[in-house]
Amino acid sequence: MLNRQGRPTQAGAASHEDRATFTGNKALQQIEPLIFEIGHHESTGVDIEKPAAFKPRLGSHARQGEIGLPGLSEPETMRHYVRLSQKNYGIDTGLFPLGSCTMKHNARLNEKTARLPGFSDVHPLQPLSTVPGALDVMLELSRYLMTLTGMPAVALSPKAGAHGEACGMMAIKAAIAAKGEGATRTVVLVPESAHGTNPATAALIGFSVKAVPARPDGTVAVEDVKALLGPDIAAIMLTNPNTCGIFEPQIVEIAAALHEAGAYFYCDGANFNAIVGKARPGDLGVDAMHINLHKTFSTPHGGGGPGAGPVVLSERLAPFAPVPFIHVVNDKPHLIETREEAPAGNEPFGRMTAFHGQMGMYVRALTYMLSHGADGMKQASEDAVLNANYIRACLSDLMSLPYPDHPSMHEVLFDDEWLKGTGVSTLDFAKAMIDEGYHPMTVYFPLVVHGAMLIEPTESESKASLDLFIATLRDLAISAKGNDKERFTSAPHHAPIRRLDETRAARQPVLKWVKPAPVAEAAE
Amino acid sequence: MRYLPLTDTDREDMLARIGVPDIDALFSDVPGGKLLKAPLDLPRTKGELEVERIMARMSAKNTAASAVPFFVGAGAYKHHVPATVDHLIQRSEFLTSYTPYQPEIAQGTLQYLFEFQTQIAALTGMEVANASMYDGSTGTGEAVLMAHRVTRRRKAVLSGGLHPHYTEVVKTLSEMANDDVVALKADVSASEDILSQIDDSVSCVVVQSPDVFGNLRDLKPIAEKAHAHGALLIAVFTEVVSLGAVTPPGAQDADIVVGEGQSIGNALNFGGPYVGLFAAKSKYIRQMPGRLCGETVDADGQRGFVLTLSTREQHIRRDKATSNICTNSGLCVLAFTIHMTLLGQAGFTLLAEVNHANAVKLADALAGVTGVTVLNETFFNEFTVKLKKPAAEVVEVLAAKGILAGVPVSRLLPHAGLDDLLIIASTEVNTDEDRAALVAALVEVL
Repeated sequence: MLNRQGRPTQAGAASHEDRATFTGNKALQQIEPLIFEIGHHESTGVDIEKPAAFKPRLGSHARQGEIGLPGLSEPETMRHYVRLSQKNYGIDTGLFPLGSCTMKHNARLNEKTARLPGFSDVHPLQPLSTVPGALDVMLELSRYLMTLTGMPAVALSPKAGAHGEACGMMAIKAAIAAKGEGATRTVVLVPESAHGTNPATAALIGFSVKAVPARPDGTVAVEDVKALLGPDIAAIMLTNPNTCGIFEPQIVEIAAALHEAGAYFYCDGANFNAIVGKARPGDLGVDAMHINLHKTFSTPHGGGGPGAGPVVLSERLAPFAPVPFIHVVNDKPHLIETREEAPAGNEPFGRMTAFHGQMGMYVRALTYMLSHGADGMKQASEDAVLNANYIRACLSDLMSLPYPDHPSMHEVLFDDEWLKGTGVSTLDFAKAMIDEGYHPMTVYFPLVVHGAMLIEPTESESKASLDLFIATLRDLAISAKGNDKERFTSAPHHAPIRRLDETRAARQPVLKWVKPAPVAEAAE
Repeated sequence: MRYLPLTDTDREDMLARIGVPDIDALFSDVPGGKLLKAPLDLPRTKGELEVERIMARMSAKNTAASAVPFFVGAGAYKHHVPATVDHLIQRSEFLTSYTPYQPEIAQGTLQYLFEFQTQIAALTGMEVANASMYDGSTGTGEAVLMAHRVTRRRKAVLSGGLHPHYTEVVKTLSEMANDDVVALKADVSASEDILSQIDDSVSCVVVQSPDVFGNLRDLKPIAEKAHAHGALLIAVFTEVVSLGAVTPPGAQDADIVVGEGQSIGNALNFGGPYVGLFAAKSKYIRQMPGRLCGETVDADGQRGFVLTLSTREQHIRRDKATSNICTNSGLCVLAFTIHMTLLGQAGFTLLAEVNHANAVKLADALAGVTGVTVLNETFFNEFTVKLKKPAAEVVEVLAAKGILAGVPVSRLLPHAGLDDLLIIASTEVNTDEDRAALVAALVEVL
């Protein structure tokens, strides 16, 4: 007998009854107030010694009055943010099949190398003679990106995908201006299935947008592009593999048609994870493509950033790359930081950001690349594609595929045709997945498909994990078709919080905490 | 490969289930001849030990800020970050989560975004703040575009005290969108006549304080003149710690405030990732770029948070969106929020005081060095000195002696005739020994 204290060791009469608790907490699920509700204005979790008296040099600019922010001691801070973290779902929690987002494993080696003091603790403006290793990282990352894409140049500095799009489109605009066609080539073609960032980027830098219709098979046809081409067309912004998860079969013809008409081919590289080591954008006629290091090369998404969006450029666009860039002379790298210092043959269109871009992400991405190697990266893409097609094969008898005629690449797109008449929407289905312990897939995107469900498992999932996911989705699908509406329409039932009122949030925006007015004394 | 769970048997079984003979059958849409047969000309898979060695070798070639007396600023600053911050941001649930599009399982992210927005509004003295931009420079570009939307004018006036990189970013964006920019000449003495540039054609005036040379600027008269002409004042800062000591832009009637938040919670990282702070008057929220987190209730009436006002954003409005931004600086925001929570206003104002005290001590010491003239009348933790030799050369010589002395203005503005100017920052990390080393080295070199 191990237990001599009379402590029961069997579950006995304990049942699953859902009892309300005094605190409102449910064991590990804690209700956590805002820091403003638990902190104090005089509290702090950092010990700083007050400096000896001195004569300030702030002139008439010294702050008057207090800021109005509470502080917390260190243990309180730790507990507050740990509790918040427990309300989040991450890749490390479970399968995260968010289409077009590439939620793959984030290796902690990458975090470790990014924190090496020679990378994390160097200033962007300290003398370049003191940071040769930082330039090595930039050069090596550039070499990998150029080799993987088959493109001759890369602009590293863009800070995320959309910023990379802007960079690529600015290079295109600069190239068009250099040819004296700036006044006429003002229209950018964007397929209806594109990411919202594409038309937003084109508009941001002064292009107008014309939609390219989607064909019934989910691809863009060269004839449709040709029909729109003319002296007014500056470029196309095309995602490949596209947002329906299909490799554009006519991409080479489309590129040729664009080039013949004097236009450029911008490729949205969000889905590059499908083809690393399998096909090179440079071989397909691409002029510019951003690469989301936070997707394909596994730098963590961090709850919405930071990302990094280097842009690879064709020979025709390379001279227009923004500052800063590395110019190699006699095997010695030089960082060109201003337009004035650009060597002959370069006409940088300007600058995307202060300093040199997302160094912390460069280190992580390069660490990923070195770890995988050419063979590992190719295998990763193959596994990503295999996993998506396996899910498709195991679900397509229950869920409807809008584009059955093409194999999927690294993500598989379903529509909501199969839910017709069930009273269950795509959103309901997604919320029921939360109850089952999964992060939902991307829903209602791309816009060309009704009730879209875009599933991207990535290469990080084992077969056992995929099989359980498939079994779960099959069970949910059968349930949806079998009139168990309640499982979906009021889901999630088990998340830390129920469905939220988004309309109310938008109609009466509350964007910061405001101290509640004191409760009035009870009437006398 | 250690990151790939599938076994060869799995792969075979799965191909059979799909009904294709081999993996390349799934790549059948890749046009003829474009499918690569052999792996590319890059090294093969490496173990963790070997990769770490390679990266450590590159890292060791660089001089880390903590290893030397360090006075480099001009837009990014060396501060002490509490150990708690880096531990917390590496928690899996924060590090490996996505943008909170499924709020029921992302309340952690959403709540810290709400806390962050509240902190930024309080620090800047503004009514609302967004959930971050990439950094201060891109935020400034976005602020100018926002002002153009609000005023329906397309001309920005930039102060000569604006960080030259920020000026370049605004100019690049504006050139591309065919908007007008008037950028005043670099202004070391903070005596530029910006008021005379403001008329009824101007959409916004962009003024940095502390400016790139460290001077504190009086924003109020600029706001008044701008408002009299229907223009907006965009106030910029690159050192957020200054807000612990100086009058915030909100108290000077700024319409939009943009700043670099790297100093709080975030490492230098050779320039990124950083965190752009963005705040405005609440009447302009529907023209703001970027994500906004708002409070609401769930189906049981419990408080919760969601991303809101997304009809401004690219995924809904496409080419009519207020910005193309999608991914922003989530994890850097978290680092900022945690560090700021640890500080509280008590710690933050004290931190600012120490920074100012250290900079004053250094300026006083440098004022006694022959060949060095401190140019600033006012400053926070950064100021500009005039040297009797070209600053870039002096910095290089001092670097060889193991002292990183500051940023030569010629690094930012190569052909501006300002080669003898050096921007020097001093934060809480500098000791009396650091300052003595810099002073002694300058005495020797000049």
